[in-house]
Amino acid sequence: MEQIITTGNKGKGVRSDCFMTFALKDNGGLEIVLESKVEVMYGNANRKLAREVLDFFGIRNAVLKIEDSGALPLVLIARIEAAIKKQISSSKEFLPDLLPQNQNSTEKDRSRISRLYLPGNTPSLMINAGIHRPDGIILDLEDAVAPDKKDEARYLVRNALRAIDFYGAERMVRINQGERGLDDLEWLVPHHVNLVLVPKCEKPEQISDVNKRIEMIRKKTKQKNPVWIMPIIENALGVINAYAIGASDNVVAMAIGLEDYTADLGTSRTREGKESFFARSMIVNAARAAGIQPIDSVFSDVGDMEGLKQNVLVSKALGFDGMGCIHPRQIRVIHENFAPANDEIEKSMKIVVAYHKATEQGLGVVSIGTKMIDPPVVKRALNTINQAVKMGKLKESWRENYEQV
Amino acid sequence: MSKYDKLLTNAAGRIVPTIINGKPAIPYMGIEKFKPTGRKAAPFISTCADYPDDGNKVVESLKDALIRSGLKDGMTISTHHHFRDGDLVANQIFDIAKELNVKDLVWFPSASFPCHEPLAKYLEDGTIDHIEGSMNGALGRFTSKGKMKGLGVLRSHGGRYQAVQDGEVHIDIAVIAAPTSDPFGNSNGVDGPAACGLLGFALADSQYADKVIIVTDNLVPFPCIPWQINGNLVDFVVVTDKIGIPEKIVSGTTEVTKSPDRLLLAEWTARFCDEAGIIRDGFSFQAGAGGTALSIGIYFADILKERNWKARFARGGSNKYLVKMLEEGLTEYILDGQTFDLEGVRSMRENPHHVNTSPFTSYNYHGKGNFASMVDVTILGATEVDVDFNANVVTHSDGYLLHGIGGWQNCLFAKCTILPLPLFRDRIPVIVDKVTTLCGPGELIDVIVTERGIAINPLRKDLIEKMKNSNMPIKTIQELKEEAEKICGVPEKPKFGDEIVAVIKWVDGTVIDSVRRVIV
Repeated sequence: MEQIITTGNKGKGVRSDCFMTFALKDNGGLEIVLESKVEVMYGNANRKLAREVLDFFGIRNAVLKIEDSGALPLVLIARIEAAIKKQISSSKEFLPDLLPQNQNSTEKDRSRISRLYLPGNTPSLMINAGIHRPDGIILDLEDAVAPDKKDEARYLVRNALRAIDFYGAERMVRINQGERGLDDLEWLVPHHVNLVLVPKCEKPEQISDVNKRIEMIRKKTKQKNPVWIMPIIENALGVINAYAIGASDNVVAMAIGLEDYTADLGTSRTREGKESFFARSMIVNAARAAGIQPIDSVFSDVGDMEGLKQNVLVSKALGFDGMGCIHPRQIRVIHENFAPANDEIEKSMKIVVAYHKATEQGLGVVSIGTKMIDPPVVKRALNTINQAVKMGKLKESWRENYEQV
Repeated sequence: MSKYDKLLTNAAGRIVPTIINGKPAIPYMGIEKFKPTGRKAAPFISTCADYPDDGNKVVESLKDALIRSGLKDGMTISTHHHFRDGDLVANQIFDIAKELNVKDLVWFPSASFPCHEPLAKYLEDGTIDHIEGSMNGALGRFTSKGKMKGLGVLRSHGGRYQAVQDGEVHIDIAVIAAPTSDPFGNSNGVDGPAACGLLGFALADSQYADKVIIVTDNLVPFPCIPWQINGNLVDFVVVTDKIGIPEKIVSGTTEVTKSPDRLLLAEWTARFCDEAGIIRDGFSFQAGAGGTALSIGIYFADILKERNWKARFARGGSNKYLVKMLEEGLTEYILDGQTFDLEGVRSMRENPHHVNTSPFTSYNYHGKGNFASMVDVTILGATEVDVDFNANVVTHSDGYLLHGIGGWQNCLFAKCTILPLPLFRDRIPVIVDKVTTLCGPGELIDVIVTERGIAINPLRKDLIEKMKNSNMPIKTIQELKEEAEKICGVPEKPKFGDEIVAVIKWVDGTVIDSVRRVIV
């Protein structure tokens, strides 16, 4: 019985994507039908590429219809591969070239102030995500992908990890819950994913399962890069277990998801957020105790920049190091308001100058005038200055000018 | 008569005809190279003896007015596009022509819109021989397929005024839809149900046409104040039920973009202008009506507000955002060529600092100067730019005619011309080796802002110097092109036939390029 398979997206508003209709045949050879918005420019290239993928998987007789709305090659081949693998089982993978800039690993304590969520099955939003300069991008295989699209999204996310330039953003993926999530890792770990977000995390065992699977895949594929983990705490049990979760291996940051959490509490999310005060503080405390970064929930009204700003200021005051974004326009507001305030920077500059002076003179104690500065205060000032430099609020060479004053 | 004849290679290296629709044409010679001699065209002398003393020029219908104007085969009929996609008048003219069995007309609009698609049937049946103006949408496809009988001629707004003034185009009958008019023909665009702000695009038509017909749905007793069109130039006034669809007159792209990618382009463009020292107290700018351009105005406004500066003038296309700047004192004047929304119309009606201008004052290259070259920075779009900074605004990447030139060519004369463009649109790279159709020479295009980097024209050593220490991603245009091709792949070119279907005029009336038939 001939089975007709479809993958991808089409219709009004769909851009940079394609829709495949695929059927294996008993005879008749390969028939490729292409309807493309960019026929003049890329019609021939697309037909050639489609044939290459079919040949690669040894498909001899099939009909493949491609409705193309300007998909990049990495999208086109992901859609075709996903369609083929719904029909035949193969351990082969048709991979796009790996960009040199997508092979790097990231530091445990790198800045994670902003991380931009991108639906894992929507290529148009991925292609330009990096130009908005978030600290990290999250290709989301979980809630942002419809259940019947979850398989094909894996191929797209894998290809995106390899072939889309995110301009220095940390490459993160949110995996699914449970077994599906562990299987997701097969599409990610060999392809230099930097960090994996584990949703609905309530027990440290979930993290060790993820760690085990990652280790297995790393060994199998000789992947050298570390894969960091960011659990997302989304219910009461998770909040109670936050420290144990945060202290698990390879966990570098812990986020809170307030929509599910408030539902679990039997309340609803308010703008002031009193209902989540405990949970947020708990996450901050647990994360600090575990030596990792506490990350706040997303702000879901993408049109309300002033509301976002207020939310960020509260978040920062509670002790969070960053926040998720669901729209690129949120990135700047989050960066600007998580950034150290000007008076904070000025105070820190004084302390850092005093610290360097003390170090140069071999003094054990840092002091300004007659006032001694405690080591944690110095550490905090150094952090503030680093952050200010990173965010462009201060020149890296600021001390040269500062000491002249 | 053949559509065109005697091909030559012009100074831009493009092959162009020197006979167009039976009339001689001059190939493009370079910027500021062609200097015309002789005198301007002039209309006939009229006498009051032939017009009613009581000033009442109202006739029964448009058909009546056209017949009295002597409508006949081969005439050139002009219309304006202040009603944009809400125009109900232009199509009627040709319905009447068809009814009267008049053939081979030349339609000379200041621009065409999707609402004019029904005219394709008159191009097919010979009622209209060809269009001189813009060929958008369905009319563009019609032309690009080589189906238009005569040769299409595309001009800028300034070039249109120049062509009429220089006698290159002789308008036999001008039909001017006017939102408000008196029986004498004094008319304006600020009042009435079809208010569109101003009527500047019809100025040349009123001054130079043999016969001038005003069509209005809002007749007021003499005097119609203000009169933007001078009744002393008008032959007939026609009153109808409805001349335009208000929602479509003031539609267009009048909301700022919500696309984060386009907002980034806008933000970078404004930041570039700031870092390059272009924005200063008393500067001037022109930004178009596209979503990206509107946002740039908003970023400009933020910068001005923060520094307590103001612009001396802003050139419109006006819209609510520009009006807000005017009313908040962030710009002293709006010099407006067309109003894009009702706020623009209101402001023009109420505020003497919101001034209506025309292609004569703003753009006409054969005048004693024009406003366009006095603007500090102008922000424009393009469908393609090549590695020599030449740009195309009329043909799409598949080779079909898509847009008119508008004021685009004229605006290139600003002190700094910036094109904010996405590096690729749905896999279609914007930067190419050689533009399909040359509309603007690279010498006049200074900066290309894309989301992946900014290219400054090597001719602008001053700008390169100013941006030397900037943190902005300054790249060469070649680098940008390669970056796009790395992402999208190298595109194939559309296939063209030899046959020329339209020509592009430069601002001085010379022929800068030809558009060839698309082979499907």
